Amino acid sequence: MVAQMEQISVSAMKMSQRVLLAVHDLHVWYELRRFGFGHAGYVKAVDGVSFELVAGETVAVVGESGCGKSSLMKTILGLNIPTSGEVIFNGVNLSELKGLALRGYRFQVGYVQQDPYGALPPFMSVQQILEEPLIISGVKDKDERLVRIRKVMDEVKLHPADDFLPKFPHMLSGGQQQRIVIARAMIRGPKLIVADEPVSMLDASVRVEILKLLSNLQAEHHLSVIYITHDLSTVKYFSARIFVMYAGNLIEKAATRDLLKNPLHPYTMALLAATSDPDAHNAEAFKDVPPGEPPSLVKPPAGCRFHPRCAKAIAGLCDVKAPPDFEPEPEHFVSCWLYQ
Amino acid sequence: MTALRNSFREILRYPSAIVGMLVVVLMVVTAIYTMIAIPYNTAIQEWRGGEDVWYRNPKFAPPVWFNFFLARKLPESFSVRTTDGSLMKTVTPAGQDTSTIDITYSFNFNYDGYPQDMILYFDTTFAQKQPFVSIAWIRPDGKKIRIADIAVDHRTTFRFSQDPKLQQRLQVDVPEKVMQALFTDSTKGTPEPIKGTYQLVISGATFESGSDINAEFVFLGQLYGLAGTDQARRDLVLPLLWGTPVALAFGLIASLGTSILTMIIAAVGAWYGGWVDELIQRITEVNLVLPFLSILILVGTFYSRSIWVILGVTILLSIFTGSIKAYRSIFLQVKESNYIEAARAYGASDIRIVFLYLIPRMIPLLIPGLVSSVPAFVFLEASLAVLGLGDPVLPTWGKIIEDANSNGALYKGLYYWVLEPAVLLMITGLGFAMLGFALDRVFNPRLRGQ
Amino acid sequence: MSVDKLLQVNNLVLHFSTTNGAVQAVDGVDFQLDYHRAVVVLGESGCGKTSFSKAILRLLPRNVKRYDGHVYLQGNDVMQYDEEEYRKNVRWVAMSLVPQAAMNALNPVLKVGEQVAEPAMIHLGVSKAEAMQQARRMFQHVGVPEDFLNRYPFELSGGMRQRVALAMALVTSPSLIVLDEPTSALDLLTQANIMNVLKRIKQELGTSFILITHDIATSSELADEVAIMYAGQIVEVAHAKDFFPAPLHPYSQMLMASVPRLRSESDPMFITGQPPSLIDLPKGCRFAARCPFRFEKCSEEPPVVQKGDRKVKCWLHV
Repeated sequence: MVAQMEQISVSAMKMSQRVLLAVHDLHVWYELRRFGFGHAGYVKAVDGVSFELVAGETVAVVGESGCGKSSLMKTILGLNIPTSGEVIFNGVNLSELKGLALRGYRFQVGYVQQDPYGALPPFMSVQQILEEPLIISGVKDKDERLVRIRKVMDEVKLHPADDFLPKFPHMLSGGQQQRIVIARAMIRGPKLIVADEPVSMLDASVRVEILKLLSNLQAEHHLSVIYITHDLSTVKYFSARIFVMYAGNLIEKAATRDLLKNPLHPYTMALLAATSDPDAHNAEAFKDVPPGEPPSLVKPPAGCRFHPRCAKAIAGLCDVKAPPDFEPEPEHFVSCWLYQ
Repeated sequence: MTALRNSFREILRYPSAIVGMLVVVLMVVTAIYTMIAIPYNTAIQEWRGGEDVWYRNPKFAPPVWFNFFLARKLPESFSVRTTDGSLMKTVTPAGQDTSTIDITYSFNFNYDGYPQDMILYFDTTFAQKQPFVSIAWIRPDGKKIRIADIAVDHRTTFRFSQDPKLQQRLQVDVPEKVMQALFTDSTKGTPEPIKGTYQLVISGATFESGSDINAEFVFLGQLYGLAGTDQARRDLVLPLLWGTPVALAFGLIASLGTSILTMIIAAVGAWYGGWVDELIQRITEVNLVLPFLSILILVGTFYSRSIWVILGVTILLSIFTGSIKAYRSIFLQVKESNYIEAARAYGASDIRIVFLYLIPRMIPLLIPGLVSSVPAFVFLEASLAVLGLGDPVLPTWGKIIEDANSNGALYKGLYYWVLEPAVLLMITGLGFAMLGFALDRVFNPRLRGQ
Repeated sequence: MSVDKLLQVNNLVLHFSTTNGAVQAVDGVDFQLDYHRAVVVLGESGCGKTSFSKAILRLLPRNVKRYDGHVYLQGNDVMQYDEEEYRKNVRWVAMSLVPQAAMNALNPVLKVGEQVAEPAMIHLGVSKAEAMQQARRMFQHVGVPEDFLNRYPFELSGGMRQRVALAMALVTSPSLIVLDEPTSALDLLTQANIMNVLKRIKQELGTSFILITHDIATSSELADEVAIMYAGQIVEVAHAKDFFPAPLHPYSQMLMASVPRLRSESDPMFITGQPPSLIDLPKGCRFAARCPFRFEKCSEEPPVVQKGDRKVKCWLHV
């Protein structure tokens, strides 16, 4: 599976350089209101994010809670309006889409959520759940809908489909529920899937199963996938590139192998050091964890946002100016003054 | 649907729910039976009443089973007539187109009280010569009393108590004493009625060919029927039965209408937010301050007392109440659910989300509230009727109480008149309330525990 | 029972009654723990591990159908204690619990310092001032700055709140703390922090831990011993250094094989099927339906086999 991933990443770069999704200097700021009136500042959830996603490519976005990855993802899904910057999908700027056109965009992006049970309406049967996206996009013929539903159930390996169709979410296991969520995301043949921690609420023995399913679907349908996670050990099984996000910025972008072998940003290094593999020797040593907490997004620190916690911070530089993206190695971008 | 079956099984665990359900089912069955057995138009007509409909009944009469509680039994009412053979008539032609018509009726009287009155209705046919009747009364002790000798017209009514000649003959000074005189031996000291077989003998004569006499003997006892009678001699079984579908319909429609509309409006407000939400909240707050019953009284007095108008205004005033705020806060929570977010992501429109994703989530919460609020509306309808603002044509439970009240039933000791509708109202209230509480216990933990 | 073991559990049983039948959450569990050691109970959802933590601490819900067995704490059979004795001498005095999602279970209207001090006041009977002192000491151990004593829970981050919950469990200086999924809802760096805290407390205060989790990788940070739980039973017990490289029970092996690893090239597997429902347990070995190595003997309940220092409940090792 890992070898498969490598091939896809290389060929994705070489082959069709067709950019599916381009994000330019995206800012998503939420206004903080005090008692309904008055302005108390902005929560700068996404503060200058740029990247490009090629068709058929998978990218992992790694970061801790409060880093802004949910806001980034919601903006890409069209659920949030950017404060500034552009999101361009297949050459069309999202902010130019309104009404029906915006809904049309939503048909091309699938969303797989973290909590499989919460993502499914508890009062709808599996069939109804899967029919909803089809009805909304105008498939009027009931038989045609059933055909498509059966096809997608087959793809997510829920056999026999007819057994599952009348069931309600609470009758299914976590893994089965997540397959339904994936089926729902796939049923309209989208080009991009946004998966937000798709396996973190599932049991260990099932996680790999679902990740493999996603990976197969991605290969078969040449999908682009944005895989948001905080579990670094799964990343190499599922993504060609990794973006590391911290306090509203993408601080490192690289191919998966390169980043895992050679992390450049101190935060990335800390994340990798904090990830454990099951090894009895772990109990003998303490982990080196950067002190402090992720910063508030209302008043982020001046300069590089990580500098208060960084052991390698350069006084006078890191606390004054925000670092731009440097490229110390080909296709490996890092936003850190150490590499200027 | 298995969810429904499971909930049904859960409900059956509570004895109060079983009782409640039985009551409700019984009421529904009664309502359906009533509407079939006594169709609407018939009921309205009968309720309008008039002497030709109810003349056979006494006024203010308790039901016949009242005797069960009395030491001194009161007489029940009955009526017999020649037209259907219950009153025996023999026609004996005599010479020259004349004939004698003998009508006799014997009945057993074993009561300890007197009837209200006895009436003879004569219906004759003739061209010019009026027939003639001679009425006699034979007591069990053998005493024969001459009642009257009169010529009868096409329609003649002979009321025993009201006839002055009979009063004189019996040496009584007030009409009320006539019955007493006919049923007791005034020579003996005791005013106890004589028990035994009484006979009414009518000897009539006709003087033309084709002339005929038909008579109806109405015995107005002190008791009548299963439920008693009111001031217009109407059998109370009619409004008691017909009150059931009216109460049920009013209660259910008001409850259902209010709940559904409240839910929809709360959902719309919660989802769209902004000025829509603000508007709904302000309307609610104003409505909470308005006096509900007073407005209904105003509408009833100045506009219309029709039950549909009252129903409409009730629903309108009941929508914007505290429940909107309660539903809204739950909707605000549900709005943040993951599946709603997913629905927005796959392009569901706002209306679709409100009606297909938010509202179905609410339905388990709705059902117990719906059932529990039915009694309130039933009582409301009854209260309005008692205040004189009930629907002018419909026979309802509230109307019975209103009639009872305006006729001073409680002063006169006619407790049955008030108790019967009151008991029915109470049973209705209890039934729905018990069922509603049990439903609440079944449905709500599920909602809270996701 | 031997006094040198801190905790010895024999044949612990906890069954609940529900409308669908009896849930046999803990079904004959044998377990032991030495002083100053940490054991990790690994299992997936539905294996009964949370019920196990409740069973040890006697925090029982109302619908208990059966609760028996022997729990020897420092040599005393605490199952025989009545409620009051248990409350005074065992719960939160000798052993305490950091329950699942403890960080969300803090009282939102009380300051965290007061909440941490409360168990000391109740169980140790000390004055408020002394209890607050103890709370201050515990804050130091868990790594929360002292000025947070006067803050409210909503002012703290998730990691901080979890540390406060840990301080609350520590304040009465128990010998044993049971932790139920202490890091599952936390970020990576925060998880690492908490594990550091636990390691430090184990070193400095000598507290023993029972860590209940499904996160196999993180559990290796603290574990001296490992116990694997499946369908209400413990199917394998071993020292961590024996277990992680070479698990014996087929379920343990498949579980370990399903963990994605950052630093090695393994291709992780998954286990087909689902664990049995605790209401409707199969006869014989409960893992047989999903086990690739099953054979005819597996239709009988397997015995617990002692292999040196290890125990495994499987016919393959008889």
